[in-house]
Amino acid sequence: MYEFDFERPSTIAEAVAALATEDAQALGGGQTLIPTLKQRLASPSKLVSLSGIAEMKGISADGGTVTIGGGTSHAAVAAGAGAYPALAALAGNIGDPAVRSRGTIGGSLANNDPSACYPSAALASGATIVTNTREIAADDYFEGMFTTALEEGEIITAVRFPVPDAAAYAKFEQPASRFALVGVFVAKYADGVRVAVTGASEDGVFRWTEAEEALSANFSVDAVAGLSASADGLISDLHGDAAYRAHLIGVMTKRAVAAAS
Amino acid sequence: MTNVSMTVNGKAVSGEIEGRTLLVTFLREGLGLTGTHVGCDTSQCGACVVHVNGEAVKACTMFAADAEGAEVTTLEGMANPDGSLGTIQAAFQEHHGLQCGFCTPGMVMSAASLLKENPKPSEAEIRDYLEGNLCRCTGYHNIVKAIMAASGQDVSSMAAE
Repeated sequence: MYEFDFERPSTIAEAVAALATEDAQALGGGQTLIPTLKQRLASPSKLVSLSGIAEMKGISADGGTVTIGGGTSHAAVAAGAGAYPALAALAGNIGDPAVRSRGTIGGSLANNDPSACYPSAALASGATIVTNTREIAADDYFEGMFTTALEEGEIITAVRFPVPDAAAYAKFEQPASRFALVGVFVAKYADGVRVAVTGASEDGVFRWTEAEEALSANFSVDAVAGLSASADGLISDLHGDAAYRAHLIGVMTKRAVAAAS
Repeated sequence: MTNVSMTVNGKAVSGEIEGRTLLVTFLREGLGLTGTHVGCDTSQCGACVVHVNGEAVKACTMFAADAEGAEVTTLEGMANPDGSLGTIQAAFQEHHGLQCGFCTPGMVMSAASLLKENPKPSEAEIRDYLEGNLCRCTGYHNIVKAIMAASGQDVSSMAAE
């Protein structure tokens, strides 16, 4: 790693001030950023650790909404988001137990890895990304692989999820990295079904609108049995080519619907 | 350089670190606690697992500065106060839960976390929990058996290897 300064503020306001330095970078749980720094793929002048900010940790459920602090670990969500069981289950299957102790929901969403699990839950739930300056709808937040609507120095302080009537996440795991080779999150709300796909597209997480329309009309495995996702723009790598990933989107969607119904 | 203070195995410690100093580097090189191993250095293998405030973490993927004020437990903290092997360590010895032993520190620390969450895990639950701990000698069978035994469950029906 290149050298950098390190600050560990205890409030959001202090963190925002610390991030005003040129080339300063926020540090969540570090489960992606630290390996990136080790490979010298990033060279921030300063890391601002968010791990000491108590006001960014915790889970609350109120009137059909679950709100999770941006600094809440995957392990804490797995254990404490029982009001949204599909979300808790997703968090409990990210990485491995030691990774889940450190990795945070805010860090995952800010990084927007095209194979990360959380972006699919946020997009399928129509979640609201709350930052130190504003609120961003999930539909406006994800802008492509490793790209989001966040401005420089903007911190995800919380994420609000409307709790669906039924939901499930089906993940086809890449066994070495434990990221999703393809993951599909299906969430059924009174006004329709949302389907978000991670791991598959070169543009990162996306909504599979064809499946959403079919499932909104008839929430059953049969409704999506005849659909096939397009392979255009999907990732091809040594783990699977675009056609394989397109096939997995269909399979994982059916599994998620079966688990949710 | 800045100063960091934490409690390691019940003892208050402090030391000079750089911002980029990893927790595992501070433990091994700063405190001389070499029971925690660095295997892959990419957070895949789990040889560096320690407990921070009661939670298992990969010490190669956490900065020492982030452990300011934390309670850290390493493999050295798993022994009994008189220096004899703790329950999990003794079970690894009894059931030969290691071949070369390089992964053992992380295996013991992950096992301790698992048994705290789930005092009587099934074999499948143990294997699932050890997802982030790799043994390159492929000695998993006896590792699982040792953890079953450490949890007080009967392992007589598990085949010897």
